[in-house]
Amino acid sequence: MSVATKDRTARGALTHPDLTRLDDVNRDVLNVLKTPGKGWWAMLLISLAGVGMFLGAWGWQMYRGLGVSGLNSPVGWGVYITTFVFWVGIAHSGTLISAILFLFRAPWRQSIYRAAEAMTVFAVMTAGLFPLIHVGRLWHAYWLIPYPNSRFLWPNFKSPLVWDVFAVTTYFTVSAVFFYLGTIPDVAAARDRATGLRKKLYQVMSLGWQGTDRQWHHFGKAYIFLAALATPLVLSVHSVVSWDFAMSIVPGWHATIFAPYFVAGAIFSGVGMVITLTVPLRKIFGLEAYLTTKHFDAMAKLCLLTSMIVLYAYLSEFFMAWYSGEEIERTAFWNRLFGDYWWATWTMLTCNGLVPVMLWFKRVRHSIPALFVISIFINIGMWFERFVIVVTSLHHEYEPFAWGIYRPSTTEMMIMVGSFAWFGFWFLLFTRLIPPIAIQELKEVMPPPMRKQKEAH
Amino acid sequence: MSATGLLASYEYLDSTVDAIEGLRKAGFKVKAYAPYPEHHIEEALGYGQSPVRVWTLVGALTGTATGFAFTIWTSMEWPLAVGGKPMISIPAFVPIIFEMTVLFGALSTVIGLFILSRLPNIKPAVVYDPEFTAGRYGVYVEAGADRVAEARKILNAQEPIELREGEGEDNV
Repeated sequence: MSVATKDRTARGALTHPDLTRLDDVNRDVLNVLKTPGKGWWAMLLISLAGVGMFLGAWGWQMYRGLGVSGLNSPVGWGVYITTFVFWVGIAHSGTLISAILFLFRAPWRQSIYRAAEAMTVFAVMTAGLFPLIHVGRLWHAYWLIPYPNSRFLWPNFKSPLVWDVFAVTTYFTVSAVFFYLGTIPDVAAARDRATGLRKKLYQVMSLGWQGTDRQWHHFGKAYIFLAALATPLVLSVHSVVSWDFAMSIVPGWHATIFAPYFVAGAIFSGVGMVITLTVPLRKIFGLEAYLTTKHFDAMAKLCLLTSMIVLYAYLSEFFMAWYSGEEIERTAFWNRLFGDYWWATWTMLTCNGLVPVMLWFKRVRHSIPALFVISIFINIGMWFERFVIVVTSLHHEYEPFAWGIYRPSTTEMMIMVGSFAWFGFWFLLFTRLIPPIAIQELKEVMPPPMRKQKEAH
Repeated sequence: MSATGLLASYEYLDSTVDAIEGLRKAGFKVKAYAPYPEHHIEEALGYGQSPVRVWTLVGALTGTATGFAFTIWTSMEWPLAVGGKPMISIPAFVPIIFEMTVLFGALSTVIGLFILSRLPNIKPAVVYDPEFTAGRYGVYVEAGADRVAEARKILNAQEPIELREGEGEDNV
């Protein structure tokens, strides 16, 4: 007999003691996919109403033109770009949890990674809409994509905005493929228990997966390589997004610290969003045995770490502005703290720097309601961070005659709020259609059933 | 000659591994089922490195080459003097080249996986047990009329929960 006992006891150390049989996981997780309750339908209706508002406002802007937004000289980038960066940032922690922590073999990722990965895909889907909204003339958006045309015009590959097109589309494609691949064995598990129309749908989605040795063998390797490709990809995407700003000469944007600063901020906001989403998921579907305080504690620690990196970046920006002796740079950062948009800056500093300090306390990290509230603060704070970077830098550039104030219009706010509904709509569908906890990966860390062990007792 | 497919479902991992080892020693070709990737089963079946890695490498290198070729060719085709940079400024093309490396590498990995593991699998297995995606392990073996009894004996020695039979040939 070649199965070592050492290996068996090492596994299972991180799963809940109540989980002993492999098919318990199927029972509990597939239960989530059963007939939805009233609460789910109510949330779906609310999100659909929000999507209606989103599309209505966007349609109005297409009909009337970009004039219905508050965008004008000097502030040409406003709520749309803020929200774009916000959603791209949200996406990042999903890939961090599913790919980077997979490569590092962090054992607490198993129960949350499926939900986090779904969040990534839907967040990039949401983010991707904002450049399209922002360009105004949607029907010309395809000009961004290099395609052979009769006049041999090509995009400017030296421009960070074109890098961004490549980064975001690659990110969406790769994370969607990675997500889909991970669901195949679990959808097959759902297929084997489902009936009727659902069974047919799962048959197609699982591609006839049966869990044979050949399938598992190649699947495992492909998964590792995809994770290895997704890891530098996720770091590159938010770096490229940051270069949209840092490559320009606008004071407040032109900083070499931007790439790591943005990546840390992205992970900070994303882990915050994972907490915001998994707390209700756990409660509504009774997944307490799968999402334990151990998992939330680990996520809270990740939030705490990235919060400190982000705060350090804020402070070093202020320090560098002062230390550079550059008057325009100094003015820009003074204006950030005490200028027209002081309220946005102080919201950002409070939510991202001050509130997460509470995570130092174990009692807070182990209290799920407290974590939920803190995660909401993080979401708000990180939206304001992007608002501060985008708007306060643009409204107060070099020449005093070109200074100006930007006020987001109702249309912009409706689109921004509506994007949360659009994201929520997809996430709600996901919880009903795809097992929201990775069944097969959980089984991998459970102690396997052994006959010899049983006989020994 | 028609073959008989035997499918044993096991509750325990060690029984499964023993059955696989016994069958392979007797010279049978074995297919195993598991609800999760189990490396003990892979070891018992004598798997080496998966060739998926070649697909990843070739795909990624193709992406790098395409990225270089595409950015350089288009910059020469339509010269745009921007930012005081030379027409062909490789550092500015690196983000594009990098993204194409990742994109091509990832897609090629998936194509490789599908080809190697024969997905999508539309041909139904001769015998299959839906419990394999829940909590059971399975061992499938095909034997001609002369060797069925021998295979059945090895499978039964490990006390399967169930032993099914089917006629036909599978892609073992």
